[in-house]
This record gives sequence, C-alpha cells and structure tokens, in this order.
Amino acid sequence: MIPVEYFFVLSALLFFIGVFGFITRRNLIAMLISVELILNSVDINFAAFNRLLFPGQMEGFFFTLFSIGVSAAETAVAVAIIINVYRNFNSDQVNCIENMKN
Amino acid sequence: MDYGFVFLILLLPALTFILLGLAGMKMSHKVAGLIGTCSIAVVTVLCYYAAFEYFLVQGRDAATGLYPTVTAFDITWLRFSELLTFNIGFRITPISAMMLIVISTVSLMVHIYSFGYMHGEKGFQRYYAFLSLFTMSMLGLVVATNIFQMYLFWELVGVSSYLLIGFYYPMHAAVAASKKAFIVTRFADLFFLIGILIYSFYVGTFNYDLSQMSPAQMTALNQAGWIMPTALFLMFIGGAGKSAMFPLHIWLPDAMEGPTPVSALIHAATMVVAGVYLVASLFPIFVKFAPEALHWVAYIAAFTAFYAAAVACCQSDIKRVLAFSTISQIGFMLVALGVCMPDPETGAVAMTAEYADANGLGYMAGMYHLFTHAMFKACLFLGAGCIIHAVHSNEKMYMGGLRKYMPVTHWTFLISCLAIAGIPFFSGFCSKDEILVACYNFSPVMGAIMSGIAAMTAFYMFRLYYVIFWGKSYYETHKAEGAHQPHEAPLTMTVPLIILSVITMLVGIFGTLHVFEFGEFVSANGVAFGTHTNWFVAGVSTVLAICGIGLATYMYKGEETPVADMLARKFPKLHRAAYKRFYMDEVWMFVTHKIIFKCVSTPLAWFDRHVVDGAMNFMAWGTNEAGESIRGWQSGDVRQYAVWFLTGAIALVLLCICL
Amino acid sequence: MANMVMFIILAVVILGSALMCVMTKRIMRAATFLLFVLLGVAGLYFLLDYTFLGAAQISVYAGGVTMIYIFAIQLVSKRTLQGLVERLKGSRVVFGALITLISLVTVVAVFLKNKFIDMAVQMPDEEVSMNVIGNTLMGSEKYQYVLPFEFISVFLLACIIGGIVISRKE
Repeated sequence: MIPVEYFFVLSALLFFIGVFGFITRRNLIAMLISVELILNSVDINFAAFNRLLFPGQMEGFFFTLFSIGVSAAETAVAVAIIINVYRNFNSDQVNCIENMKN
Repeated sequence: MDYGFVFLILLLPALTFILLGLAGMKMSHKVAGLIGTCSIAVVTVLCYYAAFEYFLVQGRDAATGLYPTVTAFDITWLRFSELLTFNIGFRITPISAMMLIVISTVSLMVHIYSFGYMHGEKGFQRYYAFLSLFTMSMLGLVVATNIFQMYLFWELVGVSSYLLIGFYYPMHAAVAASKKAFIVTRFADLFFLIGILIYSFYVGTFNYDLSQMSPAQMTALNQAGWIMPTALFLMFIGGAGKSAMFPLHIWLPDAMEGPTPVSALIHAATMVVAGVYLVASLFPIFVKFAPEALHWVAYIAAFTAFYAAAVACCQSDIKRVLAFSTISQIGFMLVALGVCMPDPETGAVAMTAEYADANGLGYMAGMYHLFTHAMFKACLFLGAGCIIHAVHSNEKMYMGGLRKYMPVTHWTFLISCLAIAGIPFFSGFCSKDEILVACYNFSPVMGAIMSGIAAMTAFYMFRLYYVIFWGKSYYETHKAEGAHQPHEAPLTMTVPLIILSVITMLVGIFGTLHVFEFGEFVSANGVAFGTHTNWFVAGVSTVLAICGIGLATYMYKGEETPVADMLARKFPKLHRAAYKRFYMDEVWMFVTHKIIFKCVSTPLAWFDRHVVDGAMNFMAWGTNEAGESIRGWQSGDVRQYAVWFLTGAIALVLLCICL
Repeated sequence: MANMVMFIILAVVILGSALMCVMTKRIMRAATFLLFVLLGVAGLYFLLDYTFLGAAQISVYAGGVTMIYIFAIQLVSKRTLQGLVERLKGSRVVFGALITLISLVTVVAVFLKNKFIDMAVQMPDEEVSMNVIGNTLMGSEKYQYVLPFEFISVFLLACIIGGIVISRKE
C-alpha cells in the first residue's frame, strides 16, 4: 500500500519541474515539452486520487483518459503553430515572436 | 432736439475698420485710402453737425443757463447688480462736443495728409484700418456715459496706438517702442482700473456726472472720506500714463517711431490728451471731494512741464523735440486743471460766473489749450512729417536752410511755432495766457514757474524752427556727395497744414480780440463768461516769449551756432544729461530690471517654474514613471506572463493560508 | 512492499528524466527524456491497476505525441534544433528555480496540512474491467461519459483541421 501523499509529492515535484522548464527555456518546443510534464503530473493526481480515495468511482480515470486525448490534440495544434512561426520568423525562439509588437 | 444720428459717429469708423481690416489687402491703395478718408469725412461732418446743434441750435437751457447734458442713447450692456450696470452710450457735454470737433478735425487732416505721406508704403490699407479703429475708440472715449465705458475705449485707444507705433514692424526700434508704450500705459491703466473699482464699489455706480446721481449715491460720495481722493488719484495715474506725465512719460518720445501722421494724430493732438479729458470729466468730483489730489495733479504736471521743456532744448531728433514739447504742453493743461479751487463758501463748483472767472478759470483754460494745442501741434507734426519726407531723416544735422525749398511748410510751421510760443494773435496766446492767469490766481510761485516754462517753450520751439529752416543747408554743403534736393511736399500734405494753420490763426486773432470766447462754450461750471485779457500777465509772458525767441534767434539763426556749441562744451554733463532725458529711461530700466525683475519677478518665476509647474511636472513624471515601471509587464513574453501568473496564484494561496 | 519498491523506482525514473528533460540543452535529448517520463507515468498507472489507462498513455503519448515532437524537431530545423545548444541565462535559471521552490513548498504544505489524506482507503487489489470501462464511456446514464467522449472526438477533428490549416503552406 502506497500512501496517497507519495503520489501527491511526486506529482507536485513533476508539476514544478515542468513549471521551471516552462519559465526558463526559450525554445518553443522545449516549452511545449514542459507543458506535457505539467499535464502528466495532473494526470497522476487524477488517477491516484480516484484509486486511493474514491475507489468505487471512475471520474478520475476518465478525466485522465480525456486529458490524454486533449493533450495529444493540443500538441498537434501547437506543433503546427510552431512550424508556422518558424517558417515566418526563421527562428523558434520565443523572443522572435516579440517582434510582432513592433 | 434729436440726436438719433450720432450712433453713426461711432459706427462708421468701426465698420470702416472691419472692412479695411478684412478686405483691405484685396483693395488697391487708393480705394482703401478713399474709403477710410470718406468715412472720416462723413464722421467729421456729423461731429460738426452734432456740435453745431448742441452749442448753437439747442443752446443753453433757459431755466439753468447751462448747456444740458444730452444722452443720445444709453444701452445696458452688463448688469452687475440692480444699481451697478455697465452701459454703452453716447453723451454730449460741452467738453465732449469740443473733443468731437478736435478729434474729427485732426483725424480728417491726418487721413488726407497720409495719402501723400504714406504713398506707396507697404501696408497702406492696414494703416488706414488702424486709423479708423483709433478714431472710433477716441470718439467713444470722449462720449462715454460712464467711467467704465471710458475705460473700455481707453484700452482700445491704447491698442490702436500700439498697433500704429509698431506699424513698421520689421524695424526693431518700432517694435520695441510699441511694446514700451503698451506696457507703460497698461501699467498705468492698472491703477485706473483699481481706481474705477474702488469708486464704483463705494458709490455704487460707474456714472461720474454729479448732476445725474441719485441721493443715495451722493450720500455714499459724501461719506467716502479719504477713499474718494485715493480713487480719484489712482484714476489720475491712469490718465498720467496716457498723457505722459512724469515719470510715466518715457513711452511718448519712443512712440515717435511710428509714422509721423500717427504721431500728429495720436501722440500729439488726441490720445495723449485723454488724461486731461479724464481729469476734466471728473472735475466736479475732484473739486468737491479731492481738491488736494487736484493740486497734486498740478504739481506733478508742473514738474513734468519743466522737465520736458528742459529735455526738449537739447534733443537732436526733431520729432523727439516735438514729443517733449507735447509732454510739456499737456503739463500746462493739467496744471490749469489742477490749480482750480473749490468755492470757499460751498466747497464745490459754484454756479456763478464769478467762480468760473476766478477759481474755476483753469478748467476753461486747460480745455482751451487742449483745443488750440491739438490744432497747432498737429500742424507742427505734420510739418515735421513733410520735412522728414523731404530729407529722409529725423536728425537736425541733415536739415537747415529748408525755407527756400519748402515755403508752405516753412510758413505753416512758423505760424504754429508762434502759436505755441504764445505770441499775441496766435491761438496759443489766448489759451496759455488764461492758464497763466489761473496759475497766478492759485499762487504767484506757480504762476512764475509756468511763465518761465512758457519762455522755455518759445526758446526750444524756435531753436527747432531755426535749425530746420535756417542755418547751413545740409543739401547745399553735401551736394557733391549725392545729397538730393529737398522739395516741397505734394498738395495732399500741404493742404492739411494750411487748414490747420488757418484755424490757429483765426482762433488766435478772434480769441485775442475777444470776438471768439471759449468761455462761452466751456467753463468749469457751465456758466458762460467772457474772459478779459490780464495785460500784466499777458505782457510778462509775451515779453518772456519774445526773449526766448530772441535767444533762440541769437543762438541758432546763423550758419554756425557758436554760442550753443560753446554752452554744450562748457556744461558737458548738463547737456549730456538733458540729451539723455535726465536718464529717466535708465532709472526705469534700473527699477524694472534690477529691482522688480531681480527681487520680485525672478523669485516669482522660480516659484512658478519650480513649485507650480513642478507640481504639474511631478504628476506627469510620476505617471510616466509608473507607466515605464509597469511597461515591462506588457512584454509579450509568454514565460514572463506565466511567472506572474504563478506568483499571483501562490500569493493568493499564501494569503488564504494566512487568513 | 513490492509496490513501494516499484513506486520508488518509477518515481526516481520520472523525476530524474523530468529534470534531465528541462535541464538538457539539446532539444532532441529533451524529447527523449520526455518519452521516459511518459513511460514512467504509464508505469504508475499500471501500479494503480489502471492497465487501460497505462496502455492509452503509452500508445497516445509515447507513441503519438513524442513522435510529433520528433517530427517537429526534424522539420523545424536540423541545423538549429538537433544540435541546438540553448543558452540558459544564469539569473533567469536561479530566479525560476527560486520561484518554483517557493511554490512547491507552498503547495506541498497546503496538501500535507489537508485532512483528506486520512480518508485514504485500502486499495482493492483488482483491475477495472474493460467491460465496465466500455459501458461507462459509452453510456448516457449518470456517471457515464458518452457526451464528453463525443466532444473529444469533435475536438480532435477540429484540431486535425486546425493543424492542417495552420501548417499549410500559403
């Protein structure tokens, strides 16, 4: 039996590793990867809470399932946008988009 | 008697001004000048007609024996309170009727004269527009029904004077002179305004005609105590500014930078006597409530008359000589008004012929001198304009011997000089003699001083006359160097000279022979009285004048002027001081720059710049800095937004925990 | 006990890979470490006896999403991305680490203070059967998820179209 707080601490660590990556990396794809980490930490929470706190129910399970689907879709669109940005700015660094301001 | 037409006197010049001001530049010079001149000619006819109706047709009121005060119209413009209203109207009194004649006559002469003088000048149409504006303002001033209307037109007169002095605005000196004139007169007008406000506050009306006051207002006047002399003296300071009394005279000599006809019209004949007219209008109040203030007017004016005469003896610019002579003559007029005294029994202007002939003589003399001076001084200035036109300079060294080349100018100038010197059978004699009599009535010392100044007048005027028309001719001595020959002025310029000198002659002859009695029309209390020449005073002043003329002849008539040069060498400091107008301009410069600017204006400017502006700038700076500091938040950098979002979320969580 | 050992092994793999993923300077390595993280998470699902979820995680994430990333990296720039050495600014890293740590401490503190961990019940050691999953996913009763399922399908379609539109060459 694994205590639920272990799962939680794991997911929190994963979440903030993702946040750290998001705010330090400059590469758009690297940022997207960090977002994936964050999403996964949330998924772990959903699954673990459902399993350990409310075993008779299925909400966490299905939310995780849908989350996986949504994140896949999100990744696809985001990558499409990144490719477009790269094409337009010849760079995939976030800073390049700042040029839009001017 | 129907005076319904008089509104045209003000309306026509105003319309002319608007027409010429807006459309003048589209017209040719001739058309614009003709429009201006014709309009003034019509106004002149109307003024003459109004004066004729007033003095001769309507005549004196049978019951009181006085000329009634006619208010042709009186429109309430602003209503401050039930009692205190600001009206614009048209009022005819003996002095305003006289002023209408003076202003319209001189203005018409100047309009005609300017055709020749300003021929081909750039801005010819603008010039005529300003002349119309000036004429309108001056006429409005003298027919004012209340003191506030007078103040309004007073300022309009100042503006038109400013515009005309600065007519040659590309010239630096003209611009500086116009600014100086405007600022000095405006400074004086500030006191005028304060005086008006005090007066109206205590009396509850802007009206200054004692005969039209309600009993309540009379009570207020009686109870005002020392307030009334103060208010009246403040008003006189305004008049002193316009009439160039010492020490506010400094603008008038510089105002000669304007075109010479303008100097004749504004700075000799009409505008500068506005101060005299003001004191004359307020005369009954002055006599009754502030006789001491009135005498102070006389002292200031006497000093000014002396000072200006002394300076006039040493000037080399002929227009400056005439300007100082104007100041001196205005001093005479104000002295005449100032030496009037209240009737010992009633303490006011008594309604008897004896009063008019004794204590109130100065009033009539001052107005008489205003009238005659306007004519001969306009003639002198216009003559000076002809000379300047001919030799293209104001300086006396370019003149001399002009009598051969400009006979008409020479003769008219001579007549005017004789008039101003006070020779019998010329108009100046009649008026100046009455002034001297009034001064001797007041005190023998004052009379003696004024007689001396009259002699100085004769001296400096004939100095000017000899320097211009006699002596060594600049043209003849410098013919080889290309000096061109002076020539007589065209007809448009000489005709006004002739008209004005004829008026001077006629008034002089008939006045000396007592055929024409100014006292019949204008006197301190309105009662008609016939003057009688005081032959002792007249004899003394005539002898003094002839001495002055003789001295001038001795010193300046010849080809060389050894005596004058010797005197100038012997008293270099005195000569230089007089030439520099006894350093009055320097004193003013010192007072304004060193004292006012440094001790008052600079700290005030510092306060304005650093505290008032500083507060505003600080607010602007603060806003700017606040914007700058939060500007970074709007970077468009997603990661930064994430950081802020995260920080905010965590801060909220921490807040919730703590609470 | 065995569960615990498995959990610790998985946790070490997940956290280590995640750290490497965000710290590495080469983008290709980041993608590879992401794959390890995803596999570790799938392992957690297996550990919780959510085998279907673990399978979905592996097939969708590890099989699909990672592939997209790798293709994207390859497409975007061979030159810049494959051998990309990203320069991390020191101050920014320190700042990010600091704020992350503060946040982490806060969140963990909030969680540990909470009461619901005491509500943990003994995990019934049985798998959720496919039958139940299928019925719940396709049912329209209460606690059944056909509507979100359909929404997800429409959403996926929209994303496919959107992705094509965005990345289409003009």
